[in-house]
Amino acid sequence: MTETTAEAEVSPVDYATAPINASLTKEDKIRFLRQLYSIRNFERVALKHYNEGKMAGFLHLYIGQESVAVGTCSLLGENDHVITAYRDHGHALAVGMGMKECMAELFGKATGCSKGKGGSMHFFAPDKNYWGGHGIVAGQTPLGLGLAYAVKYKGLKGSALAFLGDGAVNQGVYYECLNLASLWDLPMIYVIENNRYSMGTSLDRSSALKNCLAERADGFGIVWDIANGEDVYEVRAKTWTAIERAHNESRPTVLEIDTYRHYGHSVADAKHKGGYRTADEIEQFKNRHDPVLLWRQRMIDEGMVTAEEADAINKETQAEANAAVKFAEESPIPTVEAINQDVYFEVDRQTEAGRTGRHFFND
Amino acid sequence: MALIEYRDALNQAFAEEIERDPNVFLIGEEVAEYDGAYKVTRGLWKKYGDKRLVDAPISEAGFIGMAVGASMLGLRPVIELMFWSFCTVAYDQIINNAGCVRYMSGGLINCPIVIRGPANGGTGVGATHSHTPENWLANIPGLKVVSAATAYDAKGLMKTAIRDNDPVMFMENTLLYGEKGEVPDEEYTIPLGLADIKREGSDITFIAHGRAALTSVKAAEQLAHEKGIQAEVLDLRSIRPIDEDAILRSVSKTHRVVLVDENKPFCGVSAQVATMIQEKIFDELDAPIRRVCTIDAPAIYSPEVEKLQLPTVERILEKALTIL
Repeated sequence: MTETTAEAEVSPVDYATAPINASLTKEDKIRFLRQLYSIRNFERVALKHYNEGKMAGFLHLYIGQESVAVGTCSLLGENDHVITAYRDHGHALAVGMGMKECMAELFGKATGCSKGKGGSMHFFAPDKNYWGGHGIVAGQTPLGLGLAYAVKYKGLKGSALAFLGDGAVNQGVYYECLNLASLWDLPMIYVIENNRYSMGTSLDRSSALKNCLAERADGFGIVWDIANGEDVYEVRAKTWTAIERAHNESRPTVLEIDTYRHYGHSVADAKHKGGYRTADEIEQFKNRHDPVLLWRQRMIDEGMVTAEEADAINKETQAEANAAVKFAEESPIPTVEAINQDVYFEVDRQTEAGRTGRHFFND
Repeated sequence: MALIEYRDALNQAFAEEIERDPNVFLIGEEVAEYDGAYKVTRGLWKKYGDKRLVDAPISEAGFIGMAVGASMLGLRPVIELMFWSFCTVAYDQIINNAGCVRYMSGGLINCPIVIRGPANGGTGVGATHSHTPENWLANIPGLKVVSAATAYDAKGLMKTAIRDNDPVMFMENTLLYGEKGEVPDEEYTIPLGLADIKREGSDITFIAHGRAALTSVKAAEQLAHEKGIQAEVLDLRSIRPIDEDAILRSVSKTHRVVLVDENKPFCGVSAQVATMIQEKIFDELDAPIRRVCTIDAPAIYSPEVEKLQLPTVERILEKALTIL
């Protein structure tokens, strides 16, 4: 495919020189490119097999937003935690989950990251401080607050990043969280990934305050900022400011990152070009604002990679995604017995408490 | 053994578990400085401070969801709902998050929280403050549901609930907070899922939980006194898990059963227990299963009439006599 159409927007600030970016090595920058391509290709391959009928449920693709997950998650330390909503594949891969376990989950296999019990919207990796993948819009926002609360309770220098969409900011629970985060000085970072559409409804039609969603944090005494999601450097620089605020002051931040999804809310409306958004708009973002192509070009311009090397990374990650599909296809489905497992801790471990009383009513 | 109020038995459980485990903290509206709306947490804030006793804004979805998130990282929050009726505004957090996170993560994530507070009516506070949500919550695999009738049970079950690695919904009762009961001086716990025979009997079984178990004991004593009929009273104590063995054992002994339940009858706990008995030991029954539930309407305010809406001794006896 042709990947030479990207044109970087001229920004008044070059965030490449921000301290958090100035220290990046060549390997770091190439790793980001690889991660961007990994997410892109994972999603492309998943879409192909979804359309072949090999998966159930919803598939909320992250294509177009990759720079947000890659930029923010590249900054996480030992005591920084991540939680997100249902568009969770990108964050999962960015924190280091493997394509195989993720793809197998989409295929509903026992080898999936959630043993085939969670599906597309429910990826988890607690060992990587990644707390999911949650299906209810804004339902994850107080859970993220709890992660921040626990970090502070334990006296650790850390933070919690909770991702939410522009649709989620209209849910009431989010405002309860902003109040609590500010009231209790929690190291909480809400990252609004503003992709301009809450399902099929544009920001113009869903939000009373249209120009800036993060600004609502003013009402809670919370610092906020807006970042251009096309630029990994800018995402990193502004997220790092929030992380430092969390670590050093134990204060929350709301960071709105402008981005765009190339596909539909889910695959259900993926080809719905003539309805809630125009084909021209989508094409413009694909051709001029694609964060993967922009970072690729930036890396070429900086002399980090040649075009050929970038193409090779693209191909390698595509091959990895295809291998993940093979792994998923060859994996077993969960057993029927698995339906009643992982419901209760005690039952699963056959402790004393598990032997008393009946938890299930289906036999 | 000391004779103490139900609220103080719970208070002892909290104090002991706070001291035992640094991850345990209590959170809710007015639980700290105000000592709790029903004084269940009396004195704890003064003794343990702001970290372990946390006053929350009126913000149930926010702080319950926050507690669920904190529990995923290993804390053990005990959440007070001023009334269990208010769980409705945090339903997403209780059901979709606390109830499902373990399953949807393939068992990777535990959610060791306790949500507690007064359920049920009887205090003239009207429909929105008198709900009995144990049946709503017991319908969610992943949640555990406990209902304590006595001070002894309240303390022993609460200590177990706090140590449990699953989300436990703990039903108390406003009308029971002042009731006194004997509580051992030494440490004890009661496993979840173990029913208790509150009164031995051979002629008929009353199955109940929470305050209805005490009403059933009163009815059984009156029945013995007036008719010489010995009713056994089985207190479920735990709705989920449920002690199926104890239910089947008692009914197989007496062959007659009245289910007494402060839930509404429609899809209530008693409906579940009746189905279980019918499916498992229909042949043991010498008479139809009878139920005495809260009359199926929103809680009426008028205090004298509300007492009649709940299961009464008279209604229990009336039903029992139809099958004796």
